[in-house]
Amino acid sequence: MSTDAVHSGTARGPAGPGGPEDIPGTAPGRRRPGLLRRLRRNRLAFTGAVIAALFVLAALAAPLISPYDPARADFGSALAPPGWSHWLGTDDLGRDQLSRVIHGARASMQVGVLAVALAFLAGVPLGLIAGYYERFADPLVSRITDTLLAFPFLVLAVGLAAVLGPSLLNATVAIGVSLVPQVIRVTRAETLRLKHLDYVGAAVASGGGDGVVLVRHILPNAASALLVQATVGVPTAIIGEALLSFLGLGVQPPDPSLGVMLSSAQPYIAAAPWTAVFPGLAIVVATLAFNLFGDGLRDVLDPRGATR
Amino acid sequence: MTRYLLRRLGQSALTLVMVSIVVFAGVRAMPGDTARALAGEETTPEALDAIRRQYGLDQNIAVQYARYVENAVSGDLGTSARTGLPVTDGIFDALPVTLELAFLSLLLAVVVGIGAGVIAAVRRGRPAEWIANTVALLGLSVPNFWLGILLILAFAIAVPVFAASGFVPFGDDPLENLRRMVLPVVVLGSGLAAVVMRQTRAAMLESLSADYVRTARAKGLLPHQVVGGHALRNSLVTVVTVLGLQLGHLISGAVVTEQIFVLPGFGKLMIDAVFTRDYAMVQGVVLFTATGYILVNLAVDLLYSVIDPRIRLGGAQ
Repeated sequence: MSTDAVHSGTARGPAGPGGPEDIPGTAPGRRRPGLLRRLRRNRLAFTGAVIAALFVLAALAAPLISPYDPARADFGSALAPPGWSHWLGTDDLGRDQLSRVIHGARASMQVGVLAVALAFLAGVPLGLIAGYYERFADPLVSRITDTLLAFPFLVLAVGLAAVLGPSLLNATVAIGVSLVPQVIRVTRAETLRLKHLDYVGAAVASGGGDGVVLVRHILPNAASALLVQATVGVPTAIIGEALLSFLGLGVQPPDPSLGVMLSSAQPYIAAAPWTAVFPGLAIVVATLAFNLFGDGLRDVLDPRGATR
Repeated sequence: MTRYLLRRLGQSALTLVMVSIVVFAGVRAMPGDTARALAGEETTPEALDAIRRQYGLDQNIAVQYARYVENAVSGDLGTSARTGLPVTDGIFDALPVTLELAFLSLLLAVVVGIGAGVIAAVRRGRPAEWIANTVALLGLSVPNFWLGILLILAFAIAVPVFAASGFVPFGDDPLENLRRMVLPVVVLGSGLAAVVMRQTRAAMLESLSADYVRTARAKGLLPHQVVGGHALRNSLVTVVTVLGLQLGHLISGAVVTEQIFVLPGFGKLMIDAVFTRDYAMVQGVVLFTATGYILVNLAVDLLYSVIDPRIRLGGAQ
């Protein structure tokens, strides 16, 4: 049981962009192929993983694969419907929609990754401490969580925008902070479960200090639950970025973002519906892909949460 | 029960204090001199001093905080820089719009979500479950602001059945009010319905395989009695919890929905305040929302200790 937990803890990003990587001194190869195979057997999750990977690749290679400069206006072909020269049509300034969607995906991924990283940087230590020092730290961390939860994500974003001015960075911070409570909760639950296991007792008995036990023994074994949490956090952040940019609180025009595109399309939706349809479709496909991948990953890595 | 109640009340009070500190500190953290911001463009040093004295900005931070709390508790959240009216007036003008929107959306989410969740669980493995699951996944992945635009495109522009914007108070014209609320309610309620559906389905699947349901079946109860009276009843705790957790999404969603459909609610008030740099309004709205959120969560907690006695007993031990 406990060896199983140790192995699953090291299975990092089996279908991530970089593919499986070798982590010296950890899981024997037996477990990882099993994981991949199980993920591949779940067709929906596998499709989700492939689309999510394509989305990440498109975001990374945006300047290379965009057919046009996303900022170049061409008033001669403003609001052109989808066709051979502009696959997804053009917007009110004649800018190529496909190029803007690809660059918008870049902003989405940037916020997705940064916000989740921020949430983990703040949430994981707090969750570890709350779970490990149940008696002293847990009540305090619970109050911090409650306080964070009392500011709904958009209210927080609005407050930050009011204080610091609307920008992509502030939007990222607001999204990251709003993801923190969930990260705390998952890390805390994992820590509570793991700290009573025999191997942690053995680590303590052989003289491991609290820091060593937490970082080297508990954290790696909580990794699979956290990985699932990260996968679920990315689509939330993507929607969050689009939403804040749509409201004018995130990416500022003329920079491309899927939310900015939707917002500037609003006056033209009757005459040029494609200006609103494609950016939204890109958001849906991306979030759907990450959600399917996350669901599948949860089924494979975290059987206890599989029914959820 | 009393001990649980007291502990829960204490926690909420503590969270409220922390929220007020965060909001207070947030405004202090603003770049620039508060007095200068309050005074406007043309000011003399004397005028600034007078403003500092008037707002207590010359006193130390603890005194300022105490004064701020005292004012807030007595219902004074300051004056809107944009309208010159008390912030509370703005809030209470906008509140009915948002409450109606939120109430109708919750209703939609509960009716559709629980209904679809029960059907998906009872008809496990049949097309009905597959359809319900797919629709729910779409509901979770389609951002509500895009759904709003699509619905306007379909039902206000292509086939103009509903109005795309504007608000008519229920008291003035109930039918017109509801006609204008249909699209916003669908936009706000659909994502929530998807969440409720998924949770109901999961909880129902668990209940349906429990021993007491088998017993109920064995003693000859009709299927709808087993599903409605036994399984669903025990699944409701989860659903109420989820609804409580979704409250934040409901508030965030209301902000966006009001922005798309130009409803003069709470969210529109807040966004407009940010873009007009109406700091008192932003501060007031944020504090009001956070307080409301804490109180509703407290109510939800107490509610499910009523639905499920085990929670109450667990808390009292």
